[in-house]
Amino acid sequence: MSAPAASSPHRELGLTDAEFELICEKLGREPNGVELAMFSLLWSEHCAYKHSRKLLRRLPTEGERVVMGPGENAGAVDIGEGYAVAFKVESHNHPSAVEPFQGAATGVGGILRDIFAIGARPIAILDSLRFGELDSERSRFLLDGAVRGIGHYGNSIGVPTVGGEIYFEAPYEHNCLVNAMCVGLARQDEMVRAAAAGVGNAVVLMGASTGRDGIGGASVLASAELGDGDEAKRPTVQIGDPFEEAKVLECCLELLEKGLLVSLQDLGAAGLTSSAGEMASAGGVGIDIDVAKVPLREVDMEPFEIMVSESQERMLAVVEPAKVDAVLALCEKWQTGAAEIGVVTDSGRIRVLRNGDVVGDMPVEALVDGCPLYDLSPAEPEEWIYDNRATLAGEASTEEALLALLASPSIASKRWAFEQYDSLVGSRTARRRVEGGEAAADDAADAAVLAIPEAGNAIAIAIDGNGRRVACDPYAGTIEAVLECTQNLACAGAEPLGLTNCLNFGNPEKPTPAWQLDRAISGLAEACEALGGPVVGGNVSLYNEGPEGPIYPTPVVGVVGELPDPGVLPGGAFAREGDAIALLGPFKPSLAGSELAKQRGELRMGLPQPDIDAVAAACATVRGAVRAGKLASVHDISDGGLACALAESAIGSGLGCRVDLSPLLERGCSVEEALFGEGSGGFVLSGQRTELELLGALVLGEVGGNAVEIGAGEASVSIAVEDARSAWLSLSV
Amino acid sequence: MRWGVVQFPGSCDERDALHACGLTGEARLIWHEDRDLGQVDAIVVPGGFSYGDYLRAGAIARFSPAMEAVTEFAAAGGPVLGICNGFQVLCEAGLLPGALLRNEELRFICRQVDLIVEGSVGEFGPLSGTKVADSSEGSETLSIPVKHGEGRYWAPDDVLDEIEAKGQVAYRYAPGQNPNGSVRDIAGVRNEAGNVLGLMPHPEHAVDALTGSMDGLRIFEAVAGARA
Repeated sequence: MSAPAASSPHRELGLTDAEFELICEKLGREPNGVELAMFSLLWSEHCAYKHSRKLLRRLPTEGERVVMGPGENAGAVDIGEGYAVAFKVESHNHPSAVEPFQGAATGVGGILRDIFAIGARPIAILDSLRFGELDSERSRFLLDGAVRGIGHYGNSIGVPTVGGEIYFEAPYEHNCLVNAMCVGLARQDEMVRAAAAGVGNAVVLMGASTGRDGIGGASVLASAELGDGDEAKRPTVQIGDPFEEAKVLECCLELLEKGLLVSLQDLGAAGLTSSAGEMASAGGVGIDIDVAKVPLREVDMEPFEIMVSESQERMLAVVEPAKVDAVLALCEKWQTGAAEIGVVTDSGRIRVLRNGDVVGDMPVEALVDGCPLYDLSPAEPEEWIYDNRATLAGEASTEEALLALLASPSIASKRWAFEQYDSLVGSRTARRRVEGGEAAADDAADAAVLAIPEAGNAIAIAIDGNGRRVACDPYAGTIEAVLECTQNLACAGAEPLGLTNCLNFGNPEKPTPAWQLDRAISGLAEACEALGGPVVGGNVSLYNEGPEGPIYPTPVVGVVGELPDPGVLPGGAFAREGDAIALLGPFKPSLAGSELAKQRGELRMGLPQPDIDAVAAACATVRGAVRAGKLASVHDISDGGLACALAESAIGSGLGCRVDLSPLLERGCSVEEALFGEGSGGFVLSGQRTELELLGALVLGEVGGNAVEIGAGEASVSIAVEDARSAWLSLSV
Repeated sequence: MRWGVVQFPGSCDERDALHACGLTGEARLIWHEDRDLGQVDAIVVPGGFSYGDYLRAGAIARFSPAMEAVTEFAAAGGPVLGICNGFQVLCEAGLLPGALLRNEELRFICRQVDLIVEGSVGEFGPLSGTKVADSSEGSETLSIPVKHGEGRYWAPDDVLDEIEAKGQVAYRYAPGQNPNGSVRDIAGVRNEAGNVLGLMPHPEHAVDALTGSMDGLRIFEAVAGARA
């Protein structure tokens, strides 16, 4: 076989020469244009996980509550009474960096389809967003577009957006992150898998017609670094239509309820190619698809375009021949498209036909599982590789520092964004109303809580991933992300059932991002093993780089937990004048990787190693106290340290506090570490002094007054709650 | 009490409305293609984005077979409650005066607001003159969420003067809480006969203390109480 020429089409499609040779070997000939297009997408990083799959084998995926694990459209855990909760987080980073509104909107649309593809009704969306600093016009443009896009899709389809987080850091300036998590509820006996089965069964394409939008999105956008000229990639961004998806969603759930489908799969990256390929691979069968039967938006589309189009709002189902008419009739009722486009075969091959003529013919094994998996060449960087930019003067007073932290866009209330989302539809979202405070959504809530009356209980959901801290130490930082979610759930009295994750990293072919990815996955595995929380699904997004280098390594962790009674939850805000305030947990505050260190331009490598077992024990104590109704308020200590946690608890209700941090100084903390140091394991509780002491918490002061007053040895901080609130609510675009 | 909740493709809050109605009686969905409403005592046109709301909010739904039947039901004096998109549909159908425009700040907004009840909650539809037990003095306030992108109530000044004079303004946003720039802080209006009510806030999302408030239940109870 002759070596491919320098201008070979396979290189333009992102395949290496060696990969092309391997395809030729597996086919016994050179692929034709249709086949090459299909291989290039399924062998892309986005679809094949070729740089991450080996590392992901470290993650624990087993657990007694796991109903569905990795490999299906979404993972699911048992929540009792025959019900399961399905969830998954996925990225849509590069499309959002090119066109934020549609990129974010279709990110939400895609993750929704993953959830209803297994027969679960979506009941909640959470988002994890990362942008550059807000003083950049580009960052404001991306933030505004992404928030509007998420709202547009979620609000229109009637699924509440119940939580999320947004961080602003310079390394995301060029390559923002848009990760969307969806949670669904299913009757376990109505859930469906993606594996195609039953030779002779029909393959039915449902939903929107197929157009030229999003062709090559998986390879062109998702599996290469961003650079100049990205505007020219706009045609590879898909356009979303939430109304179409709303109809497809209802239609699919009704089809499953009536038992009309054998299996179901959504069409995402790489369109029909990946859906048909993965369904055939999972079922150990073959599939024939006739592209002439696919309903098109444009009449003159080529077979390869039809096979790789990423047009949104489409689902692929396997249906017994006798039930095809009933399926088509139900699609008609919901006014959504449906066409029988193929058949399940015993050939073990994906065959593409046009009006009966074969235009592509590949073994499923080669197409779906044949891509080589690569080892990384990780190397730890010798020093901090990202910029350090000081925005807070070194001689700033502690009051100035506290106000600057509260007003920092990453810490400040994200109410500006969350008010653009329907957080209520579905009537499950628990909302705490604080006496004397505003009857608004609880901005500082640690976890979202949704009632599940079907199972007689409730779930709590948290999502987290502080890229800056992961950059300081990918191993410890990733453990912290898991612990942060666990702590957030504990604040709601919830015990973790399962975890999903989206690993957003730079170019894995470069040594530093490779090292970050390797260490982060080890940290994730370590934390999950120690906490006994299985990973039920996830997503990897690599090549997140701009001209200045890689993004902060950002493993976004989403955890779903269970709680018996959402009616007894304490809020995050101080509730009663005179209540004691106490610190609980193995909190060892450090300025390493903290928001204060960032603002001072003092970031460097290294984080203290978290004590997972001690944090887990503190979470268990808090969980028990919450369920027993012993706490008036509970809030976990996170960004901005203890001082910010105290201020947030005061802002929520308008009740101030008087606190003395001397006990922390006696343990060896400096004043700044006690006030602003960060690290896992700390909770701020308020309630009756004797109750808090029985929990083993360290009483630091009491609720009262209209100022946040914190003493720390010789130093003290005193700011009016109103001033703290103004700083904290200052975020808008 | 038998409630019918109209369901269009693109409705979002129909299940929530069904649940809220179910707290005060029986409730079932009515498919948008059904010309026959069946045996119902009151109709709810729920929130959402009927038919995608692509032309203009509510502009397509008003032509649906179910809405033809709802229009006849309303003309015969049957109580009709339109919530959010349902309010937009009722305005488009000419069953209520005025129109809903894009929010002043051009953004979707989801927020708990206080509503001032003009008259009392009980003065809904055929209940005119009937007061609910604990609203005897002064104006009453209900805490109910709004969530919409096109909720800015508007009508020409002469129409506004007329509906104010006839007592057709049902709810106003409390001072300083108008979330969308609605003219004269109007959050909900009645028709002249009093049996058709539309409002942008979502009473069906305020029927359980766990999810934020129970004040919206009062509106459903008032209708059910009158028809019982």
